[in-house]
Amino acid sequence: MSTQFIFNEDQEQFRENLARFLADKSPTTEVRAQMADIRGYDPAVWSMLNQQLGLSSIAIAEQYGGAGFGPQELAIACEEMGRSLYCGPFFASAVCAAHALSATGNEAQKQQWLPGIASGEIIACLAITEHAPMWSDEDIRTTATSNTDGKYQLSGTKHYVIDAQVAEVIFVAAREIDGSIALFATDTGAHGLTITPVQSMDATRKLNTVTLANTPAERLGKADLPSLMDYVLVALSNEMIGGAQTLLQSALDYTQLRFQFGRSIASFQAIKHRLAELLLEVELAKSAAYQAAHCLAANEDVREHASLAKAAASEAYVRVASECIQLHGGIGFTWENDTHLWFKRAKSSEVLLGTPAAHRERMLHAITHGARAKARIG
Amino acid sequence: MNIEEIRQDVRTWLAANWDPNLDLIHWRELLADSGWGAPDWPSDYFGRDLDPQLSAVVDEELAHIGAIGAAHSGVRMLAAVTLLAHADHKQKQRYLRPILTGAEHWCQLFSEPGSGSDLAGATTRADLQGDEWIINGQKVWNTSAHHADFGLLLARSDWDEPKHKGLSYFVLDMRQPGVEVRQLKQMNGHASFNEVFFTDARVPRTNLIGQPGDGWQIAMTTLAYERRSFDRPRNPAAKTASPAPIYKQYQEELEIANEPYKWYPQRAGRVDLILQRANDTGAINDPVLRQDIARLHILASSAHWTAQRARAAQKAGKPQGPEGSLGKLAASHIGRLAAQVHTHISANDALLTGKDSPMEGTIAEILVSTPAGSIAGGTDEIQRNIIAERVLGLPKEPRFDSGPFRDVRRNTSKEPKQP
Repeated sequence: MSTQFIFNEDQEQFRENLARFLADKSPTTEVRAQMADIRGYDPAVWSMLNQQLGLSSIAIAEQYGGAGFGPQELAIACEEMGRSLYCGPFFASAVCAAHALSATGNEAQKQQWLPGIASGEIIACLAITEHAPMWSDEDIRTTATSNTDGKYQLSGTKHYVIDAQVAEVIFVAAREIDGSIALFATDTGAHGLTITPVQSMDATRKLNTVTLANTPAERLGKADLPSLMDYVLVALSNEMIGGAQTLLQSALDYTQLRFQFGRSIASFQAIKHRLAELLLEVELAKSAAYQAAHCLAANEDVREHASLAKAAASEAYVRVASECIQLHGGIGFTWENDTHLWFKRAKSSEVLLGTPAAHRERMLHAITHGARAKARIG
Repeated sequence: MNIEEIRQDVRTWLAANWDPNLDLIHWRELLADSGWGAPDWPSDYFGRDLDPQLSAVVDEELAHIGAIGAAHSGVRMLAAVTLLAHADHKQKQRYLRPILTGAEHWCQLFSEPGSGSDLAGATTRADLQGDEWIINGQKVWNTSAHHADFGLLLARSDWDEPKHKGLSYFVLDMRQPGVEVRQLKQMNGHASFNEVFFTDARVPRTNLIGQPGDGWQIAMTTLAYERRSFDRPRNPAAKTASPAPIYKQYQEELEIANEPYKWYPQRAGRVDLILQRANDTGAINDPVLRQDIARLHILASSAHWTAQRARAAQKAGKPQGPEGSLGKLAASHIGRLAAQVHTHISANDALLTGKDSPMEGTIAEILVSTPAGSIAGGTDEIQRNIIAERVLGLPKEPRFDSGPFRDVRRNTSKEPKQP
């Protein structure tokens, strides 16, 4: 088991720089502007984030133009993204697509795309989900057929593809002739490929339906979808605890400002005690999210901890979001108040890649059937 | 002195003095007088002024040759820490040595039927008459009071001062006619605590610790130590196959001292038994129970990692974050949920208790012990107040207990109707 429970000074410095940048460049006025924008991000801010802070490069290996940091730095970045609700293709491109390519592509393919993803000049996205929330081989009906000249063609429909509307390249999971699952790369301008934006309740994360009809594609390699999902779950969990902390702080600030019956409402035990419980829930989820990142960094089997973190973080996030609205009273239900921006991110994160119940089941299965099962139960 | 010099010194001393054929108390008298029994205590009072971290090497050397260390079970260390910090020279001379030798036993006399969460509202009276304080009133939740020689007593010596200022701290001789100790049976059938009644009990003036009115401040020293040692594993038995009588004496001492705590693991919920029980009963195949089991595992794991985060931050010298104040409240949630999951796993068998119940009564004991977890050592409600006020910085509770204590509204003696 990994034993690092605090971040080192370099990591804390990175967090501080990023947090300062995001507070400056991604205030809620900007978040709201991007919610209404069809692309969903500001290319000028995106390029500053990458030029000044090397954001997209953090989890990419140095030989491909990355900073070569690990999952912990990635977790820090995700937490700060979630805290500020920054709107940009970081999660889709620098987390999901970069990792999928790193895990499945050959040397030439990594050289082709990773440096561009690392610098932010190439925006990539990952298309796996079809119908089931969690990534699994069984869910993949998109087919890959190869011609005699070794070129591939993809046909099928991918749902809930994050940020495909601004991507240049899409990595697609498809079933090969032999029934196994592989990843393929295709340009968003390729023949037979259609990207249809869908209306997502959480407008800070743009979703699309991608249809492929004999779309030419390049084969990357065999894909282990559950393992790819583990990595993304760790990132998503850390993003969620960032957002949960923003909401808790907002509830703390507001209840201390709001006076009723001659006292701040934060002086009532009915409210103090709820805030204390929320702090507990958020801190517990934070520990779970950090632990999953530590586990990933230490190259340990992360399945149990990835699903544990997802379940813990999404339940904490949704609870603090609901409570934050309640603690704001009527104003919390208005469009003008910012709480609903995070509430909607909490709701979308709750179901993205599987519900909390599904992840509790997945975690328990990993405990009783996974690598450590024998030692623990025997 | 560096660590190797200390090791050499204690080794030399042990080689010359350790003898398993000695009587336990006699051996510990040698130990106390040499300073090796409590090396981090002051050299004026049975110690050697060693840094507490360095003194671990002394325990290692004792364990290495199978020698028994100074007594430190039960409430005695609360007494020692408090006396070292606040007692006068004569008091330290009188009480510290028998604490280390195990010749005298201690109990704590703080909580009262009318003051639990509001400990400073104690109404046990201490009235000075000549050279004696006369004690009247009642204490409760007094672990080991039935075999204690002395009690650490918090009592009200001045009713005209505000609540916290009118308390004084005494060492009370438990073996006198004015002190009556009654065992208090709990809902889980154990009797780990006592009630102590004082009817004109007497404390010589010289047994006042500090000054009159210092009681609350001194009690804080005792409580801070108690909190630090909350649920810490009790001293394990010295491992030896030797039949020497000193080991038998030591085992008996430990058994008596640990007796009140033997249900404490059950109080915490025994999360460690959940998977085994779920497998044994087949509950592991029930999808609804699987969700509950998973929730419990997530809660317990997250709390464990949160405690580790707090320790790591403390070790790195970083300012205490919120993670350090949450453990007690998290433990309550874990205990409650664990009891519920154990109940549902056991199903019909949760109807039973004692030898008829699963695991020789352990499961039944969990179900009737977990309610203590959210009360003992600070209720959940007090913990939430502390978290809200000290960690989150929210406004303090309005107070209605300032001014002279005699004017503060207190419990009436009328007993409410029981359910």
